[in-house]
Amino acid sequence: MNTQAQYLKTIYLVQEETDGPASTGDIADNIGVSPASANEMIGKLESRGLAEHEKYKGVSLTDEGIGHARDALQTYCIIERFLLEVLEVEEFQAEARQLESVIDETVAERLDTIIDRADCCPDCFDAGTDACELLEVDVSTEPAD
Amino acid sequence: MSLTHPVASDHQLARLLQIGMVLEEVVEARAHKHYETLGGETLDKNIVNLLKGAADESAEHRGRLESLVDELDADSVAYEEIEKLVAAQYESDTDFDGVLYDQLCNEETAYKFYDDLITAIEGSDIEFTIDRRWLLETLREIRRDERDGVEDVTALMERRE
Repeated sequence: MNTQAQYLKTIYLVQEETDGPASTGDIADNIGVSPASANEMIGKLESRGLAEHEKYKGVSLTDEGIGHARDALQTYCIIERFLLEVLEVEEFQAEARQLESVIDETVAERLDTIIDRADCCPDCFDAGTDACELLEVDVSTEPAD
Repeated sequence: MSLTHPVASDHQLARLLQIGMVLEEVVEARAHKHYETLGGETLDKNIVNLLKGAADESAEHRGRLESLVDELDADSVAYEEIEKLVAAQYESDTDFDGVLYDQLCNEETAYKFYDDLITAIEGSDIEFTIDRRWLLETLREIRRDERDGVEDVTALMERRE
């Protein structure tokens, strides 16, 4: 998943959580970059027609941006579920975050052929636990940085 | 380019190699499953040879990746486990052209994965506990096989058109 996809996924989740535009600070915190870096990428997303940035309000994704964000979230869900179900990684959230920039969506599609993912994906993703709410594990632990 | 970050540790390298092993095991298990489902007698001889070649090659790649994973002191992924998962999710209505398309996706995905992995390792200044030259040579040879595989499947698809 490339950097743009990670930003779109993050903005989408922040928007879902706050039920409104996502602040640059929240986006930067979630991705683990400086607000200046986040601003630079947000500008690129705007110029590509994927997001709109309103001063003092925050960032909202366009319909096209939402479509890309949901694809990116689905890829992330595949990585998490694969780590947990196939490789039995206990800290699957932390590792998924490390690997999301490394695993291409075409690779994720292949991994998807051996996991049991629900049709409602990615709507079942819970940003609070950083995991699919249908996963049969204790996800009450804090999500990784 | 999907690998925007270099590989940062032995642990991450081992995890990526495990994923490579699983991709190889998926290819191998799906090739066997296609053969089993469509039947050796009804399948075109060229497709049978392609499936057999793909399964053999994946088994060989898996063995080479397993050696690397072992050296990193990580666990390998048992083929039997992946075979079961492939069987559980396999869609039995795959036809001849579907088999070829599936093989093409396998080869292309594997090529992309190794290409990205090699770039990420080359971009990393971490000193892994395994020999970097051996690691990269192994991955480059596997990548070359996958590239040849894409060409073989594409040629077969073109001949059938």
